[in-house]
Amino acid sequence: MADTLVVGRKRRSWAGWKFVGPFMAVFALVFLAPIGYSIYLSLYRNRLVGGNSFVGLDNYTQALQDTQFWSGFGRVTLFLVVQVPIMLILALLVALAIDSGRLFGKAFFRVTIFLPYAVPAVVATLMWGFMYGPQFGLVGNINDALNVTLPDPLSGSLALASIGNIVTWEFVGYNMLIFYSALRVVPASLYESAEIDGAGQFRIITAIKLPAIRGALVIATIFSVIGSFQLFNEPAILRPLAKNVLTTSYTPNMYAYQLSFSGQQYNYAATVAIIMGLITMVIAYVVQLRGTRES
Amino acid sequence: MTRFLKVVAAATAATLALAACGGNDDSSGTGTSGGNVSAADVDAALAKGGSLTVWAWDNTLKNVVSTFQNKYPNVKVELVNAGTGDKQYTALQNAIAAGSGVPDVAQIEYYALPQFALAMSIADVGGYGASGLQSTFTPGPWNAVTLGADKVYALPIDSGPMALFYNKEVFDKHGITVPATWAEYVEAARKLHKADPKVYITGDSGDAGFTTSMIWQAGGKPFQTSGTDVTINLADPGSAKFAQTWQPMITEKLVASIPPWSDEWFKALGDGTIASLPTGAWMPGNLVTGAAAASGKWRVAPMPQWEAGGKASAENGGSSLAVPEKSADKALAYAFLKYAAVDEGKDSRIKEGAFPATTADIAKPEFLNAEFKYFGGQKANEIFAQSAQNVVPGWSYLPFQVYANSIFNDTVGKSYVSATPLADGLKAWQDQSAKYGNEQGFTVK
Repeated sequence: MADTLVVGRKRRSWAGWKFVGPFMAVFALVFLAPIGYSIYLSLYRNRLVGGNSFVGLDNYTQALQDTQFWSGFGRVTLFLVVQVPIMLILALLVALAIDSGRLFGKAFFRVTIFLPYAVPAVVATLMWGFMYGPQFGLVGNINDALNVTLPDPLSGSLALASIGNIVTWEFVGYNMLIFYSALRVVPASLYESAEIDGAGQFRIITAIKLPAIRGALVIATIFSVIGSFQLFNEPAILRPLAKNVLTTSYTPNMYAYQLSFSGQQYNYAATVAIIMGLITMVIAYVVQLRGTRES
Repeated sequence: MTRFLKVVAAATAATLALAACGGNDDSSGTGTSGGNVSAADVDAALAKGGSLTVWAWDNTLKNVVSTFQNKYPNVKVELVNAGTGDKQYTALQNAIAAGSGVPDVAQIEYYALPQFALAMSIADVGGYGASGLQSTFTPGPWNAVTLGADKVYALPIDSGPMALFYNKEVFDKHGITVPATWAEYVEAARKLHKADPKVYITGDSGDAGFTTSMIWQAGGKPFQTSGTDVTINLADPGSAKFAQTWQPMITEKLVASIPPWSDEWFKALGDGTIASLPTGAWMPGNLVTGAAAASGKWRVAPMPQWEAGGKASAENGGSSLAVPEKSADKALAYAFLKYAAVDEGKDSRIKEGAFPATTADIAKPEFLNAEFKYFGGQKANEIFAQSAQNVVPGWSYLPFQVYANSIFNDTVGKSYVSATPLADGLKAWQDQSAKYGNEQGFTVK
């Protein structure tokens, strides 16, 4: 009796592992191992003079008091609060417009608005960086042609907004596609019955369409929260054009990159990355909780 | 999560490897590099042959590689451009940390040598015969590669005694005489910019190399290292002199804030928007290729002085070739170094416009009398050679200068985009560099 039970158990677990095995192996290798290792790293400090030593939670204490880290964090939070709503509302409006069926050349619009997402972020940023150029770029050309002096888009007060502009341009199409595909699965019969009940287009949007795509809205918001906290490509690529404004600690990810690759402070970089990862997880989780509770 | 993971994974891989090679250094690296080898090893390595990977961005090395391979057909050399300056140092540091993909020879600028030497990631090539080359090289570069010690960490391939490059056409048009002092230079900047608001006397958007060279010329010695004791004082008399004189250039917007080496910058040099450049003697080649439009219009003058009637100069830039400790065939790598820095390779590089770091070449009549078409037939080398002799002695860089320079724009850069005085910017640079130094185990005062 006992024997068969054990055998049965073994067989069951073996069969299960066979199915999840390949996934678990890859998951452990590319996800768990790096995270585990960076946690391990974050407990040490390797120095040019004195070598490697165990420092416990010193790196975390240091990071929590690090003004450079927190000012970068404040910057991406501001970015999140301003840029993400603008981008998602734009994407939602476009998705609703295309879905309304009243738009002439709807396929053309859909592709055109999605197109920027197909441009690699690096290329897009280089292109925008050229347009932002106050001397020989588009801004410079406008200045010369109209004899005006536009403010430098990469100056201290405007740089973050200019980066927000690039990110919005890149990702409106992507979010639009998420919303649009969620809208497509709403049965058309619902709209018909709503119309029979006398609902106008606006009422259909607020009463049927928006509740129907709540899940998609939550997902898109979570992606955008993560994207904002991990802001790196755009400021890093624009940096050579405005080194004095886009500092090496402009965003937490740039700071981690600088610590790791210019400063050889891998341990501290790992600490910063872990703290940012934790904060991102918490905020993404809160967004998800809020999003699902209301439904 | 992907970006986060990339950073983590990269940090992970790099540190794993760092831990691994730390062990190697302890067992094999200590004290052997300079001791057990001799010049005979180099000849033996050349006879045996092999292959070398050279990381360098200097264009004149292309010819050196091909003539070297012609002379030693059993040596195969691969020349890789792994980026210019700090980009290459990042790649090199990562390769060294990872323990794989490390080149056999790497181009390293003088300011970056202490950092690599201190980490013991480049080999002391003194034992291969380099220690006998002291009289071959001019004092500035030799001091830079030996770090004032009895080791030789690299061989100089060029040097950058500073001079004032100026666009004579623009100067003449607005009645500007070549300034002899920095005070006159600032006056000239005002006059020029007032005469034509589109014209700036120079471009400066905050550059660590330029700032340190200016302080050097002013007699400042802000960086002092003795063992692991480091002193940083960016408020010493030389630094203060620079901050005070240069402040109005920024406040009154007399300098064009065009990032150096960008397309915009070269365009501005070519069309007269930037009318002069105080920089190293390696500049002519860059002007010829990058600002061809202004050929014949530019001239060279001695550096403006901090004291009227003075003759002081400083070095700006300049590179050496070093052999990473991880190179598989250091003797063969040194053979290439010697060929490129001392033997035939050096001659072809000077012909292509590299400014020599060798005593014999800098005094040769055919070098001094060479006429530069770009400078309207001027014998510019006479001015450069004079400058090389007048370099203020006693300058040294930090043992973590690459990192310090990487945060220059975070700190001093603030003075270029806000009301922060330059002196405060320099103080912030000092503080953050000191913080890093202490974190790395130095005792920074």
